[in-house]
Amino acid sequence: MSASPQTAESNARLASEETAGGSVIDLAFTVNGAAQQVRVEARRTLSDVIREDIALTGTHLGCEHGVCGACTVLVDGQPARSCLMLAGQAEGSEVTTIEGLARPDGTLHPIQQAMMDAHGFQCAFCSPGFLMSAVALLDENPEPTNAEIREELSGNLCRCTGYQSIIAGVERAVEIMRSDDADTKTDDDAEGATS
Amino acid sequence: MGATDPSSRPPRTDVKAPPFTYHRPDTLDAALSLLAEHGDDAKILAGGQSLIPLMGLRMGRPDHIIDIGRIPGLSDITVHDDRSVTLGALVRHEQANTSADVAEHQPLIAATMPWVAHRAIRTRGTVLGSIAHGDPAAEMPAVVLATGATLVATSASGRREIAARDFFEGYLDTALRADEILTEVTFPAWPSDAVGSVVEVARRHGDYALVGLVARLEIDAGDIITNAALAFFGAASTAIRVPTAEDILLGARANAKTFASAAQIVASELNPPADIHGTTAYRKHLASTLTRQGLEAAVATIGVPS
Repeated sequence: MSASPQTAESNARLASEETAGGSVIDLAFTVNGAAQQVRVEARRTLSDVIREDIALTGTHLGCEHGVCGACTVLVDGQPARSCLMLAGQAEGSEVTTIEGLARPDGTLHPIQQAMMDAHGFQCAFCSPGFLMSAVALLDENPEPTNAEIREELSGNLCRCTGYQSIIAGVERAVEIMRSDDADTKTDDDAEGATS
Repeated sequence: MGATDPSSRPPRTDVKAPPFTYHRPDTLDAALSLLAEHGDDAKILAGGQSLIPLMGLRMGRPDHIIDIGRIPGLSDITVHDDRSVTLGALVRHEQANTSADVAEHQPLIAATMPWVAHRAIRTRGTVLGSIAHGDPAAEMPAVVLATGATLVATSASGRREIAARDFFEGYLDTALRADEILTEVTFPAWPSDAVGSVVEVARRHGDYALVGLVARLEIDAGDIITNAALAFFGAASTAIRVPTAEDILLGARANAKTFASAAQIVASELNPPADIHGTTAYRKHLASTLTRQGLEAAVATIGVPS
């Protein structure tokens, strides 16, 4: 998916009228596996670019100064606050947003399924950030302890749930991923047995 | 796929930060000559975890942003022959947090990293950026003071070394000149008889501390304290040591009675500023309690001589 003509037009208008002498940059990077090229004001944050220029509005903006964690995305596999990165800092990087979790056929990522199973959200405004933080944790540590989950999610705020169901959701994701692994292993063994 | 059709929702055009000219030099020399040219009107962007929110709040309005993030060779963690350790300008907190060299040779830095913000901020924010920013409530400036680190400021006209005690001059103000970049910080070798700790009270783990302490002691075989540093953060307009309390520790036995005396002096010496999160009296109380807890934790944890 590339920037729509309207977005491009809007940016051209920005460049000519509103930048008041500020830089406009051409940014090339990857979002959820798709190459993106956008021309944006240098003062735009990565979250601005994701939401406004690429129109992936699953990344939410709460406090916009690094406290709430709602805007958390993965940059080259590492969790980062997209509101605390300027567009230019993302040049050449691979960004993963909440939209990149489910498979193209719509099958949910284990963490998404687990959060549904555990009722890990109410209004869900904070969920994209929580899920990306959880994915970052599980990528690195597929069997986190309850304390490690709490530590990893301590940078994300939720005003609805009281957090317990979110933590339960991550623990549920660990179970799902463990059983998926076991299934894969069984399949592999089965293949091994027949070949 | 979850993407909103852009035509149904016009892109927002308002932007939080004021406009600036964006520079992304490929070499340190290029960055230094840009800084020589623009000086006071420019800010160095490394991880951006302090600078970008300040610009978003329009508390900072630099005309030029010099992004050093793409300059190669600035991310090194170097262990020298004498076991001192130098961190480069782009070493991120998470890199220091997971570095085996840091864990082995600089246990106090290793102990500090988990206290610094949250992982999604540690992955971007740089250790030297935090030091150069000089936030009085941040952990690393206190580590610099407690260890007696040496800071290297580089400009187009050369480099100079600054001692830790001369670096932090006031609220968000350091000895760095407008044309200088903090390029290296060298932490002296951790002596075999040294112990240390980091303790803090924050409203939420990972947030800026209400008050915190980086403590470092050297203790001889007879349990006598031969060297002491108490560096507080969140307790003044800069990270700050309390020499009168350190003097009480020197030559004394490393025990609860000694630590209680030091805690008492800390309470009378410090006069922390009040804000919405805590009064001066409450912060004094925290500083005093943390003195006791931090010294006890130091003796109990890092690098205790066996």
